[in-house]
Amino acid sequence: MSILVDQNTTFIVQGITGREAVNLTRDCLDYGSKVVGGVTPGRAGRDVYGVPVFDSVRDAVKANGGRVDGSVISVPPGFTRDAAFEAIENGIRLIVIVTENIPRQEVAQMVELANLRGARIIGPNCLGLITPGECKMGGIGGPAANTKQAYTRGNIGIMSRSGGMTTEIASTLTAAGFGQSTAVSIGGDAIIGTTYAELMPLFEADPETKAIAIYSEPGGRMEAELAEWVTTHRSRLPIVAFMAGRFMDEMKGMRFGHAGTIVEGKEDTTAAKIERMEKAGISVAERIEEIPALIQKRLGEKR
Amino acid sequence: MRFYEYESKALFARHGLPLSARGLAHSRDDARRIAQEIGCPVVLKSQVLSGGRMKAGAVKFASTPDEAAAHYDAIVPIVVNGQACRAVLVETKSPIAQEYYVGVTWDGRAKKPVLIFSDMGGIDIEEVAEKHPEHVSKTHFSTILPITPRIAKEAIGATGVTGDALNRLVPIVHELMKMFLTYDLTLAEINPLVRLEDGKFMVLDGHVDMEAEARGKHKKLLEELGIRPDETRQAREATPFELRGAEINAKDHRGVAGNVVEFDGDLGLVIGAGGGSLTLFDAVRKHGGRPANYCEIGGNPSVGKAKELTKLILSKPGVEKIAVMMNVVSNTRVDIVARGVIKGCIEAGKDPKDVIAIFRIPGAWEQEGFKILSKYGVDYCDRSVSMYEAAGKAVAKMGRK
Repeated sequence: MSILVDQNTTFIVQGITGREAVNLTRDCLDYGSKVVGGVTPGRAGRDVYGVPVFDSVRDAVKANGGRVDGSVISVPPGFTRDAAFEAIENGIRLIVIVTENIPRQEVAQMVELANLRGARIIGPNCLGLITPGECKMGGIGGPAANTKQAYTRGNIGIMSRSGGMTTEIASTLTAAGFGQSTAVSIGGDAIIGTTYAELMPLFEADPETKAIAIYSEPGGRMEAELAEWVTTHRSRLPIVAFMAGRFMDEMKGMRFGHAGTIVEGKEDTTAAKIERMEKAGISVAERIEEIPALIQKRLGEKR
Repeated sequence: MRFYEYESKALFARHGLPLSARGLAHSRDDARRIAQEIGCPVVLKSQVLSGGRMKAGAVKFASTPDEAAAHYDAIVPIVVNGQACRAVLVETKSPIAQEYYVGVTWDGRAKKPVLIFSDMGGIDIEEVAEKHPEHVSKTHFSTILPITPRIAKEAIGATGVTGDALNRLVPIVHELMKMFLTYDLTLAEINPLVRLEDGKFMVLDGHVDMEAEARGKHKKLLEELGIRPDETRQAREATPFELRGAEINAKDHRGVAGNVVEFDGDLGLVIGAGGGSLTLFDAVRKHGGRPANYCEIGGNPSVGKAKELTKLILSKPGVEKIAVMMNVVSNTRVDIVARGVIKGCIEAGKDPKDVIAIFRIPGAWEQEGFKILSKYGVDYCDRSVSMYEAAGKAVAKMGRK
């Protein structure tokens, strides 16, 4: 088991002929993911590493017997909203948006439509997700050989506001003998399709997942939402969070890193977030390399 | 990107929101002339990108044009929360019957805009929400359905406002909600929105923030409001060093090598990516290191871009060494960054092995990258050395504890 994606997951790549999308497609194929089509308007009939290109999501879905599970969207910011709408309206249920620099309003519109139609958006501004050994959906982990080096199959779920740090954490866990069930790069924007708290029920229901590792940073209320969820639902899963950007607590109003990373009020600070998470029983690590030992300890306490 | 009050009001005026007669003074003579034209009594307000003006003494009332001129001189030197005064807004002072609050912002949890309304305006809305929750309403609204006046009506009505006041408030609040989405704002706030003794409503103070990502989309508006493209409107304006970093990043669209923020230390940082940079900056500080800068590389920048960024950081006075560090990279290639950084050192007239304190970028194409680094004798490490440890190695080479 795993969450969201497994060996049977099929997906398309919207914007497949773009530079980044071509690499992403190759890496996903090399890893063994089922990339069943790509979309670039006006490029129907071509192929990218053997993946057929279509003019529209409708055509791509039709060519796959009317069913495609997911789509990775890698198109310029000005075209992303329409691409997401197109995926949603053609019955695709899992949409990974890689694109960065999309205004919040457009993200909100995509999320609202997705909610109406029963679809889920991961991102924007993310690297996608991976169930090690089964499906890599997005740029997460990079080339297949690098992905295999960092990600191994196991019992830890990862959720991260940083794409790169998802792999850093996975690599650290792997080195310590902890494999991963599913790792999700949730995106670095202020408004994202799926937050930590929204992924928790999925991990909670996955028998393979035994603990969770999280990368978090200043800005937003996502950590508070997670802390609340964990407390209200009496989660069975021990959670270890790494908090980056502690220096930002003293630098109100300055934006660093991701679009969503800014300290505007007290609630945005790492200090406030750490306090909330610890109150909810989430262990907070100061260094990435502390995560495996903290997970070990928390798993030990459970027995 | 925060607007000054006078810019916010210029935007409100375009949408027909009721405003006092006003003028922007850049000199004491301006202040006197405007006061004369619009008629006393007037209020003079420092145009500054910060709240807390009243407390700082940067808002003053004048009953004669001469007094207005004197207040101008008193207000201009006042720095509010580290922000300097850009100009002084002179407005007619009106007799107020009641103050209201209306604001629209994003709620990242609901993933929708939220309209906040209160019939207790003029003070900190958070405080009102805490002490008098029945006087504050929070109403989320859709970004895909049309914005109709009934949402405003319900939000206002929820605080107990009725009668003529309700009917006069609805169009103002409705307009603000529309503006919020039209201009991709992250905050559209009127505080206070006041009812005058004659029953009319007026916007006394406003605060508008536009999303940085949407600046390109609203170029024409920003130009008309006089907001220059290089004004970041962050907590402080960009330094020349930071502007040069932005130039390097903009010159070549491949990947990111920028987001440079200047600090006053001696250890230059060539770090990435978004999350990795935050992690590494913390790590350097935890080891007692003094970063000369923050930056981000990612998304596989070209050799040239990595080179230019390296040169820029090495050109900063006081920078003795640089640390080149990232998390395990996926799409950025280790060899490309290695090549760029080494070239940058050489072009800056430095020996890479002396000036690069540590190179810690594991991941895609690392073998090729490590080969180049060994050739130049640069101290590097792979993923078996954590980000925290790598930062420690760099700080240790700075010769301090």
